[in-house]
Amino acid sequence: MAKYKNHILVCGGTGCRASQGEEIVQNLGKVLEENSLENEVQVVRTGCFGFCEKGPVVKMVPDNTFYVQVTPEDAPEIVAEHLVKGRKVERLLFTDPETQERVSESKDMGFYKKQIRIALRNCGFINPENIDEYIARDGYAALGKVLTEMTPEEAIKVIIDSGLRGRGGGGFPTGLKWEITRKVEAEQKYVVCNADEGDPGAFMDRSILEGDPHAVLEAMAINGYCTGATKGLIYIRAEYPLAISRLKIAIDQAREYGLLGTGLFGTDYDFDVELRYGAGAFVCGEETSLIHSMEGLRGEPTVKPPFPSESGYKGMPTNVNNVETYANIPVILLEGAEWFSSIGTEKSKGTKVFALAGKVNNVGLIEVPMGTTLREVIFDIGGGIKDGKKFKAVQTGGPSGGCLTEKHLDIPIDYDNLIACGSMMGSGGMIVMDEDDCMVSVAKFYLDFTVEESCGKCAPCRIGNKRLYEMLEKLTEGKGTEEDLTLLRNLSNVIKDTSLCGLGQTSPNPVLSTMENFADEYAAHVHDGKCPAGQCKSLMQYVISDEKCIGCTLCSRVCPVDAITGDKKEPHLISQETCIKCGACYEKCKFGAISIQ
Amino acid sequence: MEIVQLSIDNKKVVVEKGTTILEAAKNIGVDIPTLCHMKLHDMNIENKPGGCRVCVVEVEGRRNLAPACKTECTEGMDILTHSVRVVNARRTVMELILSDHPFECLVCSKSGDCELQTMAQNLGIREVRYQGEKNSYKSDESPAIVREMEKCIMCRRCETACNDVQTVGVLSAVNRGFESVVAPAFEMDLDHSACTFCGQCVAVCPTGALTERDSSAKVMDAIVDPKKTVIVQTAPAVRAALGEEFGMDAGTLVTGKMVSALRKLGFDHVFDTDFAADLTIMEEGTELLDRLGKHLAGDKDVKLPILTSCCPGWVNFFEHQFPDMIDIPSTAKSPQQMFGAIAKTYFADQLKQKREDVVVVSVMPCLAKKYECARDEFKVDGDPDVNLSISTRELAQMIRNANLNFEALEDDDFDQPLGESTGAAVIFGTTGGVIEAAVRTAYEVHTKKPLPKLDFEELRGFDGIRSATIDFDGLPINIGIAHGLGNARQLLEDIRAGKSQFHAIEIMACPGGCIGGGGQPYHHGDVEVLKKRQKAIYEEDKGKVIRKSHENPFIQKLYSEFLGEPCGHKSHELLHTHYYDKKKKVEI
Repeated sequence: MAKYKNHILVCGGTGCRASQGEEIVQNLGKVLEENSLENEVQVVRTGCFGFCEKGPVVKMVPDNTFYVQVTPEDAPEIVAEHLVKGRKVERLLFTDPETQERVSESKDMGFYKKQIRIALRNCGFINPENIDEYIARDGYAALGKVLTEMTPEEAIKVIIDSGLRGRGGGGFPTGLKWEITRKVEAEQKYVVCNADEGDPGAFMDRSILEGDPHAVLEAMAINGYCTGATKGLIYIRAEYPLAISRLKIAIDQAREYGLLGTGLFGTDYDFDVELRYGAGAFVCGEETSLIHSMEGLRGEPTVKPPFPSESGYKGMPTNVNNVETYANIPVILLEGAEWFSSIGTEKSKGTKVFALAGKVNNVGLIEVPMGTTLREVIFDIGGGIKDGKKFKAVQTGGPSGGCLTEKHLDIPIDYDNLIACGSMMGSGGMIVMDEDDCMVSVAKFYLDFTVEESCGKCAPCRIGNKRLYEMLEKLTEGKGTEEDLTLLRNLSNVIKDTSLCGLGQTSPNPVLSTMENFADEYAAHVHDGKCPAGQCKSLMQYVISDEKCIGCTLCSRVCPVDAITGDKKEPHLISQETCIKCGACYEKCKFGAISIQ
Repeated sequence: MEIVQLSIDNKKVVVEKGTTILEAAKNIGVDIPTLCHMKLHDMNIENKPGGCRVCVVEVEGRRNLAPACKTECTEGMDILTHSVRVVNARRTVMELILSDHPFECLVCSKSGDCELQTMAQNLGIREVRYQGEKNSYKSDESPAIVREMEKCIMCRRCETACNDVQTVGVLSAVNRGFESVVAPAFEMDLDHSACTFCGQCVAVCPTGALTERDSSAKVMDAIVDPKKTVIVQTAPAVRAALGEEFGMDAGTLVTGKMVSALRKLGFDHVFDTDFAADLTIMEEGTELLDRLGKHLAGDKDVKLPILTSCCPGWVNFFEHQFPDMIDIPSTAKSPQQMFGAIAKTYFADQLKQKREDVVVVSVMPCLAKKYECARDEFKVDGDPDVNLSISTRELAQMIRNANLNFEALEDDDFDQPLGESTGAAVIFGTTGGVIEAAVRTAYEVHTKKPLPKLDFEELRGFDGIRSATIDFDGLPINIGIAHGLGNARQLLEDIRAGKSQFHAIEIMACPGGCIGGGGQPYHHGDVEVLKKRQKAIYEEDKGKVIRKSHENPFIQKLYSEFLGEPCGHKSHELLHTHYYDKKKKVEI
């Protein structure tokens, strides 16, 4: 293997690639060749660094300089300055928003300071398409250890003792799940990796598969050994082409190295993995739906019990774990249960990856110890609210989570605390909202998603969510009544109480939590016909001030529906019947004469 | 046997492990309301998707309510079946279902017989507080079945019937969420699918989403047309079920009242499909003996087993799904079509009428018969042998329209010559009946000896697949019976694989045979209804003076005056048919 003095790590995650990350790699390669440095410096496509807000990210190794928002055109300067002259390219360094100082290493950035990377340990560090780099980071050592030194029961005990809980949303103790599957006797058992990440805006699992696919394969093999399964299936949505391609490469390489296939590590244990593609239905993240989809049936859930551990894929015992759960397994087995359980809270151990999105300064993928507060995540890691606006709410747990508010900011994040305050961990979506967001509209937005994604099997979810959406729409149009609020609450509770699967059992959470935490805002829509955030179009109007308007006619010219009339140099008037509230006049007026009421 | 103890509505209950809450509650007289659930006991047919959520109950310690139809009892469970929380949830869910259902009860053909309507009544729903958009679909009118999917409540019973029971695989849930509906692939019309028109989807549909295509108005038009002579034939299973439509107990035989009613409705001649059933036995039995004889003589090309062909749903099934085997079933037409062919030739001649002035109406327990009588090969110059086929339910509606007090009608007899029949013909109405009738005749024709006993108990019953070996005076004949197309498929696959040991197989598309046909009064999931109808059929057989088809004097006369001999030239022309490969007609 060639030895390089320097490595340039270029983020190869989907986000940075979409911002010309691949061109950066190409240009760097070209410039290195032009400078005859191709044998000294290696350009590596890694997985996601997490700091998507500032992507594409390029990291220089060994000095760990962290360049942000790099473009392909920056390649010559990076090579000439950083590599040839040994000077940092100042303009590409991260600027701390508070101190306005340039920060060159990620460990000194607010975004990274409070993070502990366990599941993401290799993301942004190794080339995911090279098994040697994974092995160099102790990859497959846990599998070797388990197969040659431990009984399945011993390995399961480590996982139980570690306190690891399912990262897909349910939070079921992982070791216990393995133990149940192990105890069921059957000719054939399966382990399934749930890579059907469906929460809008969430990309934890995708990033792990893109950045560290071998970690998942290794964990599945360990899972197979522990439960008595010889076949592994990864159910992945077809919308993740990069993750699929890297998984395929990883599977091929692992087979080539004898780390998948027959007689692993010289034992008589056989294990292999196959991919199964999903069409992207949200409900297929629910394990019984996922299994039906893998079997070629309609992706819809069945009542549990029986649980997949007893009767799953093709009626056989099947252990389903999520990508992030698997990513934790090898480290736990190498470092020990005690180490892992020393991180986190009493009932939630280890770390959790979140996809931080919405109105925060630092959007991206983060991994924090359980017990970190929402305030730390949003303000320290996330860098606070965009444009200096006021924090209003944070939605955790994906579309079925609840909206938490100011009063919840100091609650340590773990499974049980989030449920106690009306939300949930989910798979780790976290969307921050500011004062401009109308909470009724937010609830409606999430319902729109669940209406779309309901499978249609059970009546409360199929029809109830639709009716919830329609009632919320009525509220945002100012047509709601006090009785509607009562009905809304009853319907939300009944849908939760009676739905067949987790989708319907949680889909009313955004409604209930916003009704609970923002009761005034609902009341304003109903009683005053007002949207305090000014977001509900039906409840606002654009009005031209007679005093400020000079009659320049610009507004009437940009109005797409001819709603504005008035003579030159005379105050103009907006016809409220015709106005479609597009806001074009408001943006064009140079005199501040148009206001929203 | 492992048992579990639990408490339902504060009452201690002990049940076998694996019992659902629904069944456990029933044991102590607590009826938990259900909508999507349907179970035909002893027939291995159950639909329980747990989708409607009407049967939810409160289980102490569980976060959510549990569906009673799907949740098994566990030790120490504490269940409340009608707490405030449960009743509110149940009613709210019911309101939701109604909010996406047309309020057309006054003009819906299912009104009064609709399980959704009954449930809304039972739950006391007086207003639907949750209103909003309703789904709308184009209506699908095949020759036999009408689909009005606005009325679908996604109970999925039709899907279970079509896929699990019948293995036809035409109906399945399509679209997602609020737009979900059960439909053929790509929401094609049934007529363009591999549908067999067996009507089992209609038989189990709780609402008016799936119904038969109603031909009763056309029948009345023909009756009032002075130029037409209208002949009616009634299938054996109709008389064992029609009474249910008028509140009579299941299994009440109403043959005489039915004849009386038909006459009062204005039919010119009231005949019996049973006559044609006897004729079928003559033809099919002869064909069986012919093939058997050749087989015994060492003919390697002869096809055995012979399969019965009187069920049009079954004919559609093998034409679509086993087109490589269309030379195995008997070529004999079904009794309905044999009747039509004879009525429009032999009998029309007797009346000295042209065939186009004779209208043949059939009353059938079946919906596939509507499709069958419209098939081109059963028409002469565009004039169908059987003009119209109506179901038992449609006849009942006609009787109600005519203001007849059915229960009070005097018994009456069929007209002659096409109204005379034997006990062998009556049992066509139940699974196992056709083959038993065939055995009665084939035995005597083959052995030239009288049968020592007429009741072949070994061929009777409700098991999906049955078999028996009948001793034909030293020659063992292996008989197979299947009812329900899923069971038929198993036997067909055995034949295809060369594993079948049978000489003759009877197949009926509907579970139970014609007594459970898609055109019969709704059984609402009560399998006892089917059992009682079957019992009635065997009683009618037992009460008949003549119980062997070849002894029917009018059949003997028909052969001597008109047809010549069974499977002869004229018979082949009028009473036999051929089958088509329909696989390619399934358009995707």
